[in-house]
Amino acid sequence: MSDVAIAPRAQFFEDADRITHDTEHRRRIQTAMGKYYVSRYSRQALFRNWQEARQTAAETKWAALKELDKHLEAFERNATARGTQVHWTSTGEQARQVIVDIIRRHNARRIVKSKVMTSEEIHLNQLLEQLGYDVIESDLGEYIQQLKGEPPYHFVFPCMHLSREEISDLFENHLGTAQTHDPEELTMIARRVLRQKYIDADIGITGANFVVADTGMISITENEGNARLTAALPRVMITLVGIEKVLPKFSDLALFLPMLATAGTGQPLTGYNTMYAGPKQPGESDGPIEWHVIFLDNNRTALLADPQQRDALHCIRCGACLNVCPIFKNVGGLSYGTTYQGPIGSVITPHFRGLQDWKHLSGASSLCGACTETCPVKIDLHHHLLHNRRNAIDEKRGFLEGMLWRGFTFLINRPKLFSLSIKLGRLFQPLHALVKGTIFDPAAAWTKSRELPEVAHESFRDYWKRRQSK
Amino acid sequence: MTEREKIFTRIRDALKTQAPMPGHHGSSHKPHAISEARNAIAGARQWLPDPGADSAAWLEQFQKLSAELKTVVHLCNDEADVHSKLRELALAEGWRKVAAHRHPLISPAATAIALPALETDGGYDANEMAKCDVGITACDALVAQTGSIFLTTRSAGGRALSVLPPHHVVIAHRDQLVPDLPAAFELMTRLYGENQWPSMSTLITGPSRTGDIERILVLGAHGPRKLTVFLI
Ligand code: SF4
Repeated sequence: MSDVAIAPRAQFFEDADRITHDTEHRRRIQTAMGKYYVSRYSRQALFRNWQEARQTAAETKWAALKELDKHLEAFERNATARGTQVHWTSTGEQARQVIVDIIRRHNARRIVKSKVMTSEEIHLNQLLEQLGYDVIESDLGEYIQQLKGEPPYHFVFPCMHLSREEISDLFENHLGTAQTHDPEELTMIARRVLRQKYIDADIGITGANFVVADTGMISITENEGNARLTAALPRVMITLVGIEKVLPKFSDLALFLPMLATAGTGQPLTGYNTMYAGPKQPGESDGPIEWHVIFLDNNRTALLADPQQRDALHCIRCGACLNVCPIFKNVGGLSYGTTYQGPIGSVITPHFRGLQDWKHLSGASSLCGACTETCPVKIDLHHHLLHNRRNAIDEKRGFLEGMLWRGFTFLINRPKLFSLSIKLGRLFQPLHALVKGTIFDPAAAWTKSRELPEVAHESFRDYWKRRQSK
Repeated sequence: MTEREKIFTRIRDALKTQAPMPGHHGSSHKPHAISEARNAIAGARQWLPDPGADSAAWLEQFQKLSAELKTVVHLCNDEADVHSKLRELALAEGWRKVAAHRHPLISPAATAIALPALETDGGYDANEMAKCDVGITACDALVAQTGSIFLTTRSAGGRALSVLPPHHVVIAHRDQLVPDLPAAFELMTRLYGENQWPSMSTLITGPSRTGDIERILVLGAHGPRKLTVFLI
């Protein structure tokens, strides 16, 4: 399923290196995040007790996962009672097959999508385009990224790295529109193009932010109204969602919706929070005649099976951990090479796509803990980065690293030998200058961007002896 | 085994080991019952932003947030007042066609504007609705805490009427204003209860917006550029 041309690790280091040296890029990200900080933390301050709200949200998600099977069954029961068709898929391949079958059955040609992160996970657009369907992303940021031929940069702010000039160029090239550097005019260009698409589309595909078990609803959070149009006008609606998105009760939304809005963008509530309970019901004036909800596992059960990291499935994809992450702000979203960027992406991608291929992301962290601190559902993100590092080593020990540690253990257990090696080190350190920066430098990886600290003139043991003998 | 059974088997196998409670560090599981106060709806209420103590405060909060969100709120004495304000608005914005639904508050208002009107009840042509300048709807509740409007496909003439036309006008009574989200969700459950749920319910907070281009706020991304509430 993975279609990465070069190894993820090499790609990450290459791209991260390039972006960290691109000061214009970093300035743009810093400005955007600066705005986020102001609105988010002033909105959070209006909560009477944000910390208790977080704890409640975390416990609600914990309880939801604890009985995940029961909640999913309840959802299915309640949703099918109103005519919703529920599908279960273990892999991306299966999910794609279910979607293609629905499209074929309806002889559909035109497909409009609102933001569906899970569809990035299963590379749905590529497949549908290959099969010759007209697929269009309707979220403005996603639409811009689709024109650009790039995956989303940030799973909440898909094109935050582009300037208005770049967007204007894109529109000129693809849509033949005149240059304009006014964000409002640019938005109106997209509005005009996309409006007719909703009306003409045969099928609308959406994602979901929450699956409500006790009422059999899914809840979609958005600002633009594109998801609402996608779910209103086409004849057939398809919703693709991960199995972990469950909330036990309808009333839980009263807490989760404002928390998602506050942590995600600093709004009191996101523009539209829409709950769908079925296809068009008798007596209703519009809506799809068929609604398919497709549940996707795609290794979520593997993460569920790890009790230590299970809480990573609490994630409500608010994006806050990316916004506060010093690594994200320097390496940028595309460097990750993942569907989910930032700390949460570094934590879950190894579970979804293989630990050995993606363990490097857990190493790319200062472990400052800003992510854990900001997470509205209290996921222990920075500890999970450590868990991934440990698990990667437990699974596959590097030969050289193992030798090094064994040598060190041998030395440190023999005081005489240890102090001798310190003395030798002091003696030979000046020689290091001769090889520094060349291929013969044994400490090359370290000295590339740092100075090797000087070995102390007197070891602590010697100092102690001297002090005692005074 | 069907794929469904396989997934449920994996879930049940995974859940044989319990995960530690959030906020309790350490690898061994310490079982705690979720505290009733936290989980109960009243629990969430006490941590959310304060909507104020009485209906006057709620109204003030609703108006304050609406102003921030760029929702226009008109306080009206009666329906006749709504109708005359609507006629002024129609003239000022040069409306040529309106879309509405059959409802004791809405139908008289649509008639009062005296313009060609599309009614969504029983189905309509989306291309025709796209030509309308305004969609006029009722709603189920207004939420002071967040400046939101709660409506459903049943109370507001379908899924598209409140999102496709470039201007969404809501007509509501002042007693539809509830203090906070928990109260709004309680109300919805009371109204629609067991399996009477409309196929769509939505909480609308301000006109359609995006910040996707350089995080600069633009109104009217896909949905309405304007949102006006007439409160009787
Ligand atoms: S891990 Fe937490 S902070 Fe990060 S996106 Fe998920 S919910 Fe938000």
